[in-house]
Amino acid sequence: MIRFENVHKRYAGGREALSGVSFSMERGEFAFLTGPSGAGKSTLLRLIALIERPTRGTVLVNNHNTARISRRKIPAFRQRLGIVFQDHKLLYDRSVFDNVALPLVIAGASRREIERRVRAALDQVGLLGRESHAPITLSTGEQQRVGIARAVAPRPDVLIADEPTGNLDPELSLEIMELFTRFNEVGVTLLIATHDLELIERMPHRRLRLVAGELAGDSGPEER
Amino acid sequence: MWALRHYLGLHRSNLLGALGRLGRQPFATGLTVLVIAIALALPAGLRVLVNNVGAVSDSWQSAADFTVYLKLNVTADAAARLARTLESRDDVASVELIDRDAALAEFRAESGFGEALEALDGNPLPHTLVVRPASGIRSDVEAIAAAIDAWPETDLVQLDTAWVTRLRAMLTLAARIVDLATLLLGLAVAIVVGNTIRLEINNRSVEIEVTKLVGATDGFIRRPFLYLGLCYGLLGALLAALLVGLALLLLGPPVRALAALYGSGFGLEGLSLGENATLLLGGGLLGWLGAGLATARHLRAIEPK
Repeated sequence: MIRFENVHKRYAGGREALSGVSFSMERGEFAFLTGPSGAGKSTLLRLIALIERPTRGTVLVNNHNTARISRRKIPAFRQRLGIVFQDHKLLYDRSVFDNVALPLVIAGASRREIERRVRAALDQVGLLGRESHAPITLSTGEQQRVGIARAVAPRPDVLIADEPTGNLDPELSLEIMELFTRFNEVGVTLLIATHDLELIERMPHRRLRLVAGELAGDSGPEER
Repeated sequence: MWALRHYLGLHRSNLLGALGRLGRQPFATGLTVLVIAIALALPAGLRVLVNNVGAVSDSWQSAADFTVYLKLNVTADAAARLARTLESRDDVASVELIDRDAALAEFRAESGFGEALEALDGNPLPHTLVVRPASGIRSDVEAIAAAIDAWPETDLVQLDTAWVTRLRAMLTLAARIVDLATLLLGLAVAIVVGNTIRLEINNRSVEIEVTKLVGATDGFIRRPFLYLGLCYGLLGALLAALLVGLALLLLGPPVRALAALYGSGFGLEGLSLGENATLLLGGGLLGWLGAGLATARHLRAIEPK
């Protein structure tokens, strides 16, 4: 589903954010991406979302070589991908419903389909009934859940998340992780970047550990 | 069928969204729309002016009338005889004899120089013939004038066509200047809208970034801005049409009073239905164009970071 082959990413100025990273994830796999801040976790996710392109090496997502996806094809590619951000990236001038509906509107779903899917997604994150609320009136944890509902509403094959629990207390963080686990159970491939080792300690998922841009550890669940 | 309905639905929501966005900032919107309206009202108003002057000169030109002043010693009977002779010519449509006494009476009544005229002994005005040629062709008119000029009774033949021709030339020039002004001010409208849209794009960069991240195409992102530009242009054009109408309303009565002094029933002619439609269409098009230029230049720069 996701495959990195000897991927390098060098930024202007010569800093190498990723060097020689190779790994692959099967469909339906759940993996954590760990490592200290600045290790290259965000960069790796940005390569998957085609926000950036690798300097060297190959990134395959859903059997597509991302190097072959032209700028014009990026929107269609991203519509198959769910992304969750640490800072939620909600639109604060729109209701919760409109935020979750955004990717569906973009994809051209019918109104009835949009309503159905938005409700289903909000139900999954436990926010059903809050459709008409403004995001700003929700707590941080709730806003993050709106962000997650938006990412899963179009039923993506792959969900990536960059520090989704970065601003949440342990209890809320655990809730969010349990939510991700439920998505994984219905077949979504998940790659979640986090530095909260304590939180994922008890979770039986694969861990990719980045240190200074290199893959320093890859402990599959079978090894635990 | 469904795809079309979906497409139209998107456009409808974009249009409503644009109007809502304008309504939420009435002051800023009002200022921008006013600037656009003034830029559009200027060429539209000039066009109205040229049209009206053209209409006036047309009414003069069509007659191609000229005036024959007879010598002071020509009697009323002789003048009447000359008028009849002229009228019998094939190339003359009609002749109007203005009797010198009647002319004096009219002059005294209308010019306001009544008392000054009292000081004169006798009537200084000659009998006058106003000749309307059968054709308006210049050479024909000049042939008749030359024939009359040869009469011993004729003092002066005054052909008015020369200055009308000059006026026409000036009007052609004025119309060309209005065309140029229209072009430049139209460009100004596109730039004003473009700049406003650029600011709007900057204000909404976060929204654009998020929308791109969840898979929006360039077209999807561009469309609301194009509609915003269209609305600015249309509202500006609408206000411009109102401004021109208001100006005509204010200028109408004095112009009619002035025309009445010249014995004319002339009244100001406003923009026609077609011209108003062109104004609206042009305004909308310029707004759309300005927004298109702004989005082409600035949307691409906003990429997810």
